[in-house]
Amino acid sequence: MRIKKYFLIVFFIILTNFSFAEEKNLQNEITKNLRCLICQGQSVYDSDSEFANSIKSLVDQKLKEGNSEKEIYEYLKVRYGDWILYDPEFSKNTYFLWLLPLLLFLFGGAIILKLFNIRKN
Amino acid sequence: MASLIGFYSLVLGVIISFIITFFSVKNFKEPIVFDKKIIHFSFLQFFLVLISFLGLIVSFVNSDFSNETVFNNSHTTKPLFYKITGTWGNHEGSLLLWLLVLTLFAVLFIIKSNKQPTRYRILTLLFQQLIILGFFIFVLKTSSPFNYIYPVPNEGLGLNPILQDPALAIHPPILYLGYVGSSIIFSSTLAAVVLNYISKEWASHIKDWVIISWIFLTLGILLGSIWAYYELGWGGFWFWDPVENVSLMPWLALTTLIHCILVLEKRLLLTSWVVILSISTFTLSMCGTFLVRSGILNSVHTFANDPERGLFILIFLFSLIFMSLFVFFFFYRENDKTDYSIFFLSKETSIIVNNWFMMYFLSVVLIGTTYPIFLEVISSEKISVGPPFYNKLIAPFLIPFLFFMAIGPKLKWVKSDLSDKIYLILFLIISLFLSIFIVQNFKIEFLLNTILITFAFYLFFITVRDFVSKKYKNLSQNLAHFGFSLFILSILFNNIFATEVITNLKVGDTFKTEKFNINFESLSQKNKQNYKSIVGKLIIENSKGSIEVMEPELRIYNQPNISTSEADIKTGFLNDKFMTINIVQNQEYFNVRYQIKPFMIWIWFSILLITSGGLISMLKKKYEN
Amino acid sequence: MKIKLLPITVTFLFLIFFLVFFLGLKNPNIYKPNINEKKEIPFFTAKLFNSTTSINSNEIFVGKNFYLLNIWSSWCVPCRYEHEFLIKLNKEENLKIVGLNYKDNVKNAKNYLEELSNPYDISISDKSGLIAIEWGAYGVPETFLIHEKKILKKIIGPITSDLMKEIKELINL
Repeated sequence: MRIKKYFLIVFFIILTNFSFAEEKNLQNEITKNLRCLICQGQSVYDSDSEFANSIKSLVDQKLKEGNSEKEIYEYLKVRYGDWILYDPEFSKNTYFLWLLPLLLFLFGGAIILKLFNIRKN
Repeated sequence: MASLIGFYSLVLGVIISFIITFFSVKNFKEPIVFDKKIIHFSFLQFFLVLISFLGLIVSFVNSDFSNETVFNNSHTTKPLFYKITGTWGNHEGSLLLWLLVLTLFAVLFIIKSNKQPTRYRILTLLFQQLIILGFFIFVLKTSSPFNYIYPVPNEGLGLNPILQDPALAIHPPILYLGYVGSSIIFSSTLAAVVLNYISKEWASHIKDWVIISWIFLTLGILLGSIWAYYELGWGGFWFWDPVENVSLMPWLALTTLIHCILVLEKRLLLTSWVVILSISTFTLSMCGTFLVRSGILNSVHTFANDPERGLFILIFLFSLIFMSLFVFFFFYRENDKTDYSIFFLSKETSIIVNNWFMMYFLSVVLIGTTYPIFLEVISSEKISVGPPFYNKLIAPFLIPFLFFMAIGPKLKWVKSDLSDKIYLILFLIISLFLSIFIVQNFKIEFLLNTILITFAFYLFFITVRDFVSKKYKNLSQNLAHFGFSLFILSILFNNIFATEVITNLKVGDTFKTEKFNINFESLSQKNKQNYKSIVGKLIIENSKGSIEVMEPELRIYNQPNISTSEADIKTGFLNDKFMTINIVQNQEYFNVRYQIKPFMIWIWFSILLITSGGLISMLKKKYEN
Repeated sequence: MKIKLLPITVTFLFLIFFLVFFLGLKNPNIYKPNINEKKEIPFFTAKLFNSTTSINSNEIFVGKNFYLLNIWSSWCVPCRYEHEFLIKLNKEENLKIVGLNYKDNVKNAKNYLEELSNPYDISISDKSGLIAIEWGAYGVPETFLIHEKKILKKIIGPITSDLMKEIKELINL
């Protein structure tokens, strides 16, 4: 028990000394969700290509003009297609993508319940 | 010369493959004693592949550019270490490594399985030989590392600089030990199904192989991840890139297998499930090989794409799948006496719940990785599935998962109760307050984090308590679960509390923030063996007056002519300081990125803890025997 | 009956997977945005090359002429390959070539045009790369054939002699 207490104390000390980061930078959040067309395995945030740099400044500019995150995605989607977004929208193309894992989860649960005779006590 | 020897030993290896098959079939019909010839020829096969592999290494070391693989991937100015590791840094060489590990494991299986029934051993080796033969043909037909070029070029094309790295040099061999280790699980499961040998004895015999593969796979993924952290992108360590997902899928299957094989060993339950998992582990490894090597998906790590290779692995993969399906449906017989009744509060239930969640995580990764292929084939629409998808579908499910991880090990086999364990609730309350105290933010996205942190702490405290009170009764399990709680906590804190500065600076400029100033002091140039190095010196002075000197580097390699950015990372106990500089086209200034990433080292450390859990459980078994 | 149904379903499912992967192998793995959409040209304002005067897209793309918008840069290597075709296309009477100088240094760009001669009727510059994004371009070179403010054809990468012939056919219909 004593060790546990010490552990808690140490933890509190570490955490209170911790400098809390300010609000997450929205520009970074958006560019992490954009896929770079030049280095196609990387996000715009991670990439250093000319294209990625332009997109970064575009996002910056659009945010300053007061555009919302969604409007920026829409703007880029019209120009480069759905492919540019890492976070696929819930649409007829992606119903299966989003729902299939959840359905499989439920299905798995149903199989477990049916197969095993689970007793309370 | 070395290439020639390498090539002919490979061809001999194929012939041996047929000889082994012949003797195995003969021995299988009259299984009085295990035929020594099979052992001898398996050893011989391993040595032949080893000679072939050494031949390739020698060609690389001597920069023998008459060999096409050496020409494509090496260069005379490359340091010796990377000449050697370049052997498996390319498609052809890495496949030869696969083959080497496959034959090695066949030999190891013969040595380790001498207490098992003869027919089971022979049949396992037959299935293994089938895989080996498939790979032999794959290597020789589509990806021979010993192709000859004439006239002999004077200089090679060089190895991609981002692959010239110590962590990445040992990453493939370790990862392949994991991938290929699962081939033994695959073969022996099929053999056991055919011979109706799925039993408690079989479970404890196969458990070692499962744990070994799992340990190597975990370490392999860890090394790849550490490499990605300092070499790729800006301080991320997991990008949900196809090549990463492909290694995660067999890992998830193996982790599930480790858990449910315990149930089989103790209570002879879940037999068909163990069989399915054992088969899918290797199938998923092969599926990963297909996805990465065929170039069907584009990822940060692409091998030279060749449709013929893709087609070969695809056909090979599905032959294995259909063979397994046939074996399973034709030979597998459920034991009629199996009692499916389990108590709600029992270890069995908790492991079944673990399996349920693990399979969900696996399905998320599998569907996320392959969905774009399906969509494109069906509707020719192209989409990307990236980190936000995985985060959204996995993070919420981690909450109950962590909870069951904490509670599950408390339960006993068959039946138990928790009524006297008040601390279970007490700890949950402590964790909740601690978490609220840390996050101090009540937006929706942070609410999820708060709850996640709560449950991660919960698992953390409970495992810590067990270290103290249980006197190492189940050290391996507790260590692994403790490591996992630490892992989740570190990732969450790393995410939530990271500080980042992105700016453009010239030499002499200073960038000021509330907490620290960044001063770009100087820039120096050096010529190294095969690259030119430009090192920036930046001084970070924080408000308390402490000073940190960061020296990020740009490397301009000669062959191939590629420039890379080498981050300067100062690893600390509580956080990592991470800085990169990059050239901006036609500008005098550099793009400077500085990040403070909390608990970075704890992420790596926690994975090592999890791995050591596996290691201890194996050693303990050896000790008890 | 039920026992036989399961193997058949599972086998069938895996056959479908095989088929999908097999067909998927044929698709290229490098993504390119759709180039066959006939879109309206975007509106933008740009600085004239080597000048401080601004011009907007309505002032550039006027009348019944065909226009070729070519995105180029002095640091772009493939741009040098397509240069000869741009010069040949410049001789077409009903085609005006608009050069969009992408993320370039003015001095280098000028030297480049002096060295290889200038194929552009109108030159504008895009220092930040934002105009190129407006057009949905992501690299250099990229070329758009425009008629009555509609994009007729989009070319990603350098113009080849075949593509040049195609452009000539399109404008002389």
